[in-house]
Amino acid sequence: MSQTSRPLAYVHSRTAVLRNENIDTDRIIPARFLTTTERTGLGKHCFEDWRYAADGSDDPAFPLNQPRARGCAILVAGRNFGCGSSREHAPWALLDYGIQAVISSEIADIFRGNSLKNGLLAIVVSEAEHRWLLDNPGVELRIDIAEGTIRLPDGGSVRFDLDAFSRHCLLNGVDQLGFLLQQGADIAAFESRMEEAA
Amino acid sequence: MSARTLFDKLWDTHQVRAETDTTPGVLYIDLHMVHEVTSPQAFDELRSRGLKVRRPDRTLATLDHSTPTLPPDAQGKRPYYTKEAEAQVAKLEANVREFGIDLMGWDSPQRGIVHVAGPEVGATRPGMTIVCGDSHTATHGAFGALAFGIGTTEVGHVLATQCLLQRKPKSFAIHVDGRLQDGVTAKDLILHIIGKIGIGGGTGHVLEYTGEAIRALSMEERMTVCNMSIEAGARAGLIAPDETTFAWLEGRERVPKGEAWDRAVAYWRTLPTDEGATYDREVRIDASTIQPSVTYGTHPGMVVGIHTPVPAAVDAVEQRALDYMKVTAGKAMTGETVDVVFIGSCTNGRLSDLRAAAGIMRGRRVAAGVRMLVVPGSEQVRRDAESEGLHEVFQAAGAEWRQPGCSMCIAMNGDLAQPGQLVVATSNRNFEGRQGKGARTVLASPLVAAASAVAGHVADPREYMNQEVAA
Repeated sequence: MSQTSRPLAYVHSRTAVLRNENIDTDRIIPARFLTTTERTGLGKHCFEDWRYAADGSDDPAFPLNQPRARGCAILVAGRNFGCGSSREHAPWALLDYGIQAVISSEIADIFRGNSLKNGLLAIVVSEAEHRWLLDNPGVELRIDIAEGTIRLPDGGSVRFDLDAFSRHCLLNGVDQLGFLLQQGADIAAFESRMEEAA
Repeated sequence: MSARTLFDKLWDTHQVRAETDTTPGVLYIDLHMVHEVTSPQAFDELRSRGLKVRRPDRTLATLDHSTPTLPPDAQGKRPYYTKEAEAQVAKLEANVREFGIDLMGWDSPQRGIVHVAGPEVGATRPGMTIVCGDSHTATHGAFGALAFGIGTTEVGHVLATQCLLQRKPKSFAIHVDGRLQDGVTAKDLILHIIGKIGIGGGTGHVLEYTGEAIRALSMEERMTVCNMSIEAGARAGLIAPDETTFAWLEGRERVPKGEAWDRAVAYWRTLPTDEGATYDREVRIDASTIQPSVTYGTHPGMVVGIHTPVPAAVDAVEQRALDYMKVTAGKAMTGETVDVVFIGSCTNGRLSDLRAAAGIMRGRRVAAGVRMLVVPGSEQVRRDAESEGLHEVFQAAGAEWRQPGCSMCIAMNGDLAQPGQLVVATSNRNFEGRQGKGARTVLASPLVAAASAVAGHVADPREYMNQEVAA
């Protein structure tokens, strides 16, 4: 297993919308599924306590179970998505479920970092753009990572910020551990300085 | 050099390589704490690449999340909730053997919740950078250490390189003036702060708690405050080290001794924020007006004073939270019927928390129909509490006295509430389903939790304090 994700340049999909604010990582993947020692196979438990009815069937009231949300790779979610626990099982579960990009007006720090390291795009847009996306579920978007744009169905586009390093890693499938390992000499020099000073 | 904050100093001294426009900085990590839930995939990653743990001496592991809190049976078999939980613990035990890491495991008198046990053994010290695959790592900021939670990929990064790729967050000072009233605790203070700045209020920032009320807190109380920084969206929370910090640390196992101690303290005294240093954001809070506080909704920012009416929902999402909690806007939380009381967790599972709760329970009984679970944060806390007879106070009252672990805070070890039950919990998260599917969580201090256990409904502890009850 390698952590290197495959290069990702575009995400092209209709959107599914979860309007709720503050969707926490317990909601994305409940703690009882964290006893796994693998990264894979969590998609069937993604949003577990939301998406299944008491008899285990799909709950039709859950927005992602509705026909128009099926197969969508872009999730538009309410403000402060991914708050709470640092569990990386949250992006693993979303990716395994089929989500490749999450868009919100605010995304929690740890979740965002975890997502980008796994090839799940976590995109923050302005409140006005966010409101429009929330109000228009099912629109077809084309996210261009190199350009940092979201192309809208009417031909217009929305810019988003993505730091240069994350962009580079996503576009090239570069793994950040490889980059850190290349800093070995600097790390060793830092350790010698620190141990002399102590 | 220009005036710097505590956070600036911690950041500057750990830069292996400064960030540029195109690359994040390389930040050195002094201590990496590891537990069974967020580490197995990281160790697999090292194995698949043929890498070693760079600094096993800067890595410390414990067992806490998936562990049962009931004792082993006569054959020594521990009552794991699932085979997966047992396998996960076994996997960490195997990984620490293979990679040469210290484990505070089942046979260790030091085992405990990672954020309780780490400080207890003196692994947490001022001036350090500390990470763990757990968002409550912010706890260690109480010592003036930059401590934050990371994901499993980053756990792998630190195991392999002792470093993380990071961009510097912004700084946010929370000045707390005045003094907390009697019966109002550090937990009430941090709940109040989260209610004030909101659960996303600290996103992108490192908090520093300052002011008279913070200086007056004990180390255990400071840990309670810093612990919940993440519940305001901040990855880290800091409190500058002072005499309270040094007195608490001196003599602990992993703390320097003799001359090295003196040198360390001299350095630690240079860490507090310089006069004239500025923060990106600041807020001022008056401690003297804070009431015992509880949550009424489904995230830690939905907080009210215990006698304050629950505010009306501003939108459909908030209304849904009130409906889930079965609480009514315009009515205070006191009087809400309680099914379960949980005392424990990395937020409030330390000796002073158990003493506070026992002070209310002594000579009283848990109300009929209420289940109360008391779970010490570590083996050390358990021993200390038992030597004071606190376990007998809880047991005499009808509560269950358990073995250390995260227990019902994250509810992945089988300690959980049933659908619809209302839990008054001293832990840190009241998300829907956090303590069991359909469980309704009210976050509170150990005093409020104990008073609620006795009353059978959410209760103000001041009605029970300083009233001796014949044992």
